[in-house]
Amino acid sequence: MREIALLIVATLCTASAWAEPMHSAIERGRYLAAAGDCAACHTADGGKPYAGGRPVPTPFGVIYSTNITPDKETGIGRWTEEQFYQAMHEGISADGKHLYPAFPYPWYTKLSRDDVDAIKAFLDALPPVREENKQTALPWPFSVREVMAGWNTLYFHKGEFKPDPGQSAEWNRGAYLVEGLGHCSACHTPKNIAGGLKTGQKLEGGYGENWYATSLTNDVRDGLGDWTLDDIVQYLKTGANAKAAATGPMAEVIENSTQHLNDADLRAIAAYLRSVPGRNEAKSPETDKQRLARGEALYIDQCSGCHMEDGSGQPQVFPPLKGNAVVQAREPGAMLHMIIDGARIAATKSNPTGLAMPAFGWKLTDQDIAELATYLRAAWGNKAAPVAVSDVKKTRDRVAKAARAQ
Amino acid sequence: MATRLPAVDVALVGFGLTGSMLAQELTDAGLKVLALERGGFRDTVPDFAIDHIQDEYRYAVRDDLVEEPERETLTFRNSADQVALPMRHIGSFRPAVGAGGAAVHWNGQTWRFLPTDFRMRSHTLERYGKKFVPEGMTIQDWPVTYEELEAHYDKFEYLCGISGKAGNLGGKIVDGGNPFEGARKRDYPLPPLKRSYATVLFDKAAKEVGLKPFPCPAANTSKPYKNIYGVQMGQCTFCGYCEWFGCGNYSKASPQSTIFPVLLKKTNFELRSHCNVLRVKLDGSGKRATGVTYVDEMGREFEQPAELVILCAYTTHNIHLLLLSGIGKPYQPGKGEGVIGRNYAYQITSSVDVFTDEILNPFMGAGSLGQAVDEFNGDNFDHGPHGFIGGGYIALWTTGGRPILQHYLPQDAPSWGSGWKKAMKENYLKACSIATHGSVMSYRDAWADLDPTYRSSYGDPLLRLTFDFHDNEHRMSSFLTDKAAEIGSAMKPRAMHVKQRKGHYSIVPYQTTHNTGGAIMGSDPKTSALNRYLQSWDVPNVFVMGACAFPQNHGYNPTGTVGALTYWAADAIVNQYLKRPGPLVHA
Repeated sequence: MREIALLIVATLCTASAWAEPMHSAIERGRYLAAAGDCAACHTADGGKPYAGGRPVPTPFGVIYSTNITPDKETGIGRWTEEQFYQAMHEGISADGKHLYPAFPYPWYTKLSRDDVDAIKAFLDALPPVREENKQTALPWPFSVREVMAGWNTLYFHKGEFKPDPGQSAEWNRGAYLVEGLGHCSACHTPKNIAGGLKTGQKLEGGYGENWYATSLTNDVRDGLGDWTLDDIVQYLKTGANAKAAATGPMAEVIENSTQHLNDADLRAIAAYLRSVPGRNEAKSPETDKQRLARGEALYIDQCSGCHMEDGSGQPQVFPPLKGNAVVQAREPGAMLHMIIDGARIAATKSNPTGLAMPAFGWKLTDQDIAELATYLRAAWGNKAAPVAVSDVKKTRDRVAKAARAQ
Repeated sequence: MATRLPAVDVALVGFGLTGSMLAQELTDAGLKVLALERGGFRDTVPDFAIDHIQDEYRYAVRDDLVEEPERETLTFRNSADQVALPMRHIGSFRPAVGAGGAAVHWNGQTWRFLPTDFRMRSHTLERYGKKFVPEGMTIQDWPVTYEELEAHYDKFEYLCGISGKAGNLGGKIVDGGNPFEGARKRDYPLPPLKRSYATVLFDKAAKEVGLKPFPCPAANTSKPYKNIYGVQMGQCTFCGYCEWFGCGNYSKASPQSTIFPVLLKKTNFELRSHCNVLRVKLDGSGKRATGVTYVDEMGREFEQPAELVILCAYTTHNIHLLLLSGIGKPYQPGKGEGVIGRNYAYQITSSVDVFTDEILNPFMGAGSLGQAVDEFNGDNFDHGPHGFIGGGYIALWTTGGRPILQHYLPQDAPSWGSGWKKAMKENYLKACSIATHGSVMSYRDAWADLDPTYRSSYGDPLLRLTFDFHDNEHRMSSFLTDKAAEIGSAMKPRAMHVKQRKGHYSIVPYQTTHNTGGAIMGSDPKTSALNRYLQSWDVPNVFVMGACAFPQNHGYNPTGTVGALTYWAADAIVNQYLKRPGPLVHA
């Protein structure tokens, strides 16, 4: 009987009751803040936790995160719960100014009031840090905060998460975490020129922090189509699974956020992601044998030591490239980024190593990299379009931007 | 005037293999640990990354990873009647500088010593009588047994992900492993490496002459591995760049590939690099260390107080620091008294180059990819008829086929010009070398002390080594080399070059970085610097790690035993010393 009652409660208020019982609002807030990955932006490299000051690169310029410790002068110590909820729910600061959507209020708006209050309770319990906020200076017209009111009209859909009664409680919990706190589409959904989401291409892959974030749909080549539920859970928990390893900004997401989530929530996220349809469009990889042979030669010389001659990698250590979604992504940006600048696998509690791949951008030309990448997208049954030299050039620009933002 | 810094629980002098192991164990025990390293920090990526590490000229010829004699060196002579001169170029041995120490550029050959090695003196006397030990030979028993170290050898092997095959599991001899090894509780963590063709030929030849070859234990991973601390290693790719190079594939055990990922995240651990420790500071009684003094890269001097000081530097630097700090009585060979500098020893090696008709692909190698026989090591054979003490293993290693230094030519090949090129073309793929790796006993007239003439840039006297090979070692090495040549002949080569080690020891050509002794462990404070837990007899809050503790040098590479001793000492510090600080052994 009690189990049934619990199930009903869970279904009715999906948002807050699914997680393991928390003993206090502060502890619940700590967990939710991890799920929202707040520290990733609000803690600067070498800075005090949640004291802000980290530069967040956006297509419109660098935005500095703010101090959200309870310091009364420089933090949010004077904010009321109402004001905090307004910021999370509507993107409007305590002083009435519009916030930039680099702060993911377009996703946090889906949070329940209960959860937002818990996060506030957690932040209020942090040691206050006196740290003046750095001024964000975007170019005009973005420097005019009121412009965001217009942006909100076009792209912001205010409102808490509404569970889909046709879906399971687990699915709804997953949707709440993915579409709300986790703000996965901030990177994984393509954006238009104004930075609004292309909602018709939900989770099909997009750019975030100058990296290409691959598709989270069920596309079998560039998405999670051949991942099991356990694969997704393992990836988010440890930073790697037999099919892939997290690097770049996703490594930080796993280190700061998803590795701290409980298995039930990770399974819920996986259940939701497994339901996002993929396009599974036909792909036409390179067929020019000479070009492929040049790419293969580069692969044997530079890559096969770790990723093995047959692209099978060393599971859990060096990811396989055969069947790899990053390799076969619609846009080759993430793969090119790693070849040019190297990469480090997420270092988590269960996988503390942080295995790294060195940068090859200094020793391979744009043409080398294009040929190598084209080969990878056609080898061992992989299927994805060839890579042009111009793609490599574009990624070099992004790598340089990412380096400047550090 | 030195700046006094806030105290720590433990100051580690040197952040190489033993320093990293202790840092991991002692921080786990809750202590605040500081490592002081004279070199810089180094990590797999970017420092040893595969996009640049296979640069033989930079690393093997120009010595990029090893210590620079222009910054720090020692003086050397063969005997007391000579004047020692400073070593101005790296030669016979290659200590490292920088995080990870020499465990970055080693090959990974990881052996256990034989049970009888630990009872060297008593075993020799029991089997051969007192007269068998020549005058002036100062061999001693270890104050610890193989059985006591077994669990620590095991832990070290599971730290490093050793690839190998057990030869003696709990007393049961296992086919295909080393039948002479001491009993081990379990097998190696990984199976042996895939063999090179040269080792297959050696294996066949050794069997033909009645020996029992086995795969050498290797700190090169035969498979992906997750070690005792949860750190992951990749599978060795046989790139052939182990010795004198860092591993870019996470495949050769080093502190970087086995410990750093967990250690460096700890809040009770701190590494200070480019800090050169000049003294262990003692209080007025001279019986207690108060910390260390060091100089940083800017030349500033600091005093670092610590409850426990552990010397984890290279053998010669540990001896040097003990002498400079006045810990323990310096050894005086005339009287045979004193302990610091006593029983310094080295290793004696030789080789037999074998030229085959078949292609061997020597470039496909790994630092410890080898096949060995152990019939002539330690006391695995009757020394009675031979009249010498000691022995060694014979192995064919395929460590690599690097273009500049790693190739073999028959004796009659020209050494330059078109004739040399022709010979190189004909032989590069069809040559290999059998190595002998022999013990060196300790002697009254082989020791380390402070040089009376030459001083370091800090104004301190340099360490002076006085060492030569003795007749016992020459006869032993000659015996081993003959055995190696027998195996070589059984490989039916088209040519063979037997390279005996003859004459005086020279510090110039590279031989091995297996310097031992000088601060040896023992059960009598009159003849040893350290007790059985590597604790100084004289200053009980000072411990000393490394091969400087070996009473004599046995027939194996030292790292396996250095690793086991380090875990043995760590266990004693955590489970005995911390509970009751003070001498762990009362003499």
